[in-house]
Amino acid sequence: MPLPRLIPCLDVANGRVVKGISFVGLRDVGDPVELATYYSGGGADELVFLDIAATPDDTQTMTSVVAEVADVLEIPFTVGGGVRSVEDASRIIESGADRVSLNSAALAEPSLIGAIADRYGSQAVVVAIDAGEGVVHTHGGRVATTTPTLQWAVEAAERGAGEILLTSIRQDGQRSGFDLELTAAVRGAISIPVIASGGAGSAQHVADALRVADAALIASIVHENPSGLPGLRREIESLGVHLRPLKGRA
Amino acid sequence: MSDVVIVDYGAGNTRSVRAAITHVGKSSEVSADPAAIIEAPYVVLPGVGSARSAMEHLNETGAAEALRQRYRDEGPTLGICLGMQLALESSEEDGGVKCLGLLEGKVVRLEAERVPRLGWAIVDPWGDAYYFAHSYVAEAPDVVATSDGLTVALRRGSFLGVQFHPEKSADAGLNFLGQCLSLV
Repeated sequence: MPLPRLIPCLDVANGRVVKGISFVGLRDVGDPVELATYYSGGGADELVFLDIAATPDDTQTMTSVVAEVADVLEIPFTVGGGVRSVEDASRIIESGADRVSLNSAALAEPSLIGAIADRYGSQAVVVAIDAGEGVVHTHGGRVATTTPTLQWAVEAAERGAGEILLTSIRQDGQRSGFDLELTAAVRGAISIPVIASGGAGSAQHVADALRVADAALIASIVHENPSGLPGLRREIESLGVHLRPLKGRA
Repeated sequence: MSDVVIVDYGAGNTRSVRAAITHVGKSSEVSADPAAIIEAPYVVLPGVGSARSAMEHLNETGAAEALRQRYRDEGPTLGICLGMQLALESSEEDGGVKCLGLLEGKVVRLEAERVPRLGWAIVDPWGDAYYFAHSYVAEAPDVVATSDGLTVALRRGSFLGVQFHPEKSADAGLNFLGQCLSLV
């Protein structure tokens, strides 16, 4: 099995990183390129950019952000938010992203998963699921659907998704730990990898999540102290979870 | 002429490969021109997309024959991910695809606990972790490195193929690419 991954998630709107990045050492904390490079240098295994505005104007901006990031970043990255068609996915992947993440668009039109996977391979398609009370939610977790979480995860995998990004809406933003039970249940139901999301407040939380998932998405825990990423990695490793060794060959 | 020709087979993302080559101090261009592929100091066959569409594209443009000629001429070539797989005789992908046949062997569906196999994994005997994203794997004799018991690097003659993405493997990947390109 590949090593468990630590994935910082950056919310982007109109070409700027938004939501609580606090750090004095960066020239421009809102610049996605600078922050991406910084996290990569700190040992992020991968990055997720979530376009939270995703308006038509913003989509164009996001495409140039993706290209700029691809020119400097030597770790993989996923772009989500505003991917509603094969054309949207093509635009993002051909600008240099490794993968796109689909959320409500996949629920509304499940065939989109297979259409993108056929063109770029399953590894290029992440399906994001916002889960709570056993069902899938939309609109950033505010609206409950009638679709059971496990059923949707299984269908997404069958349709060609290469990974599930599973967010527990109950835990999201609480910093009290991931929903391990939900994560284990979803991962047990499918044979594609799962990224656990929602609830990271400490190294212990992340280490616990990485025992039941293939990767953990982290946001505020790292945004509040971006220079703390190497330390967070070391702490997770001291808890017995082996992450990738950071030193390259001499 | 650029140091490196990255073979264009119409499958999108060559941007990251170009960026990584620039990072290690070499110039590159993206091309499907047979003459450029034969003459280039170094050629990279990148890896995104599906085996069938890649081979169709390579055959149509004459790049496939140019890659064979280059191999006979012993021109150094690096295949990345799908680019490594395409160098073998055939792939099970897309219901069966005839590939370039530079190296002996075939590509089969990956049998693992989780497929696609996504993420960083240690490559033996090199010792570093590199980034993988694949659902198929090589079965071939010319193995030079493995990961989790899978064939992840092949070398024969002037062709070197790797299943991982050096352009996405941070310092380890750049070091690897730098060593490959130190030939030119």
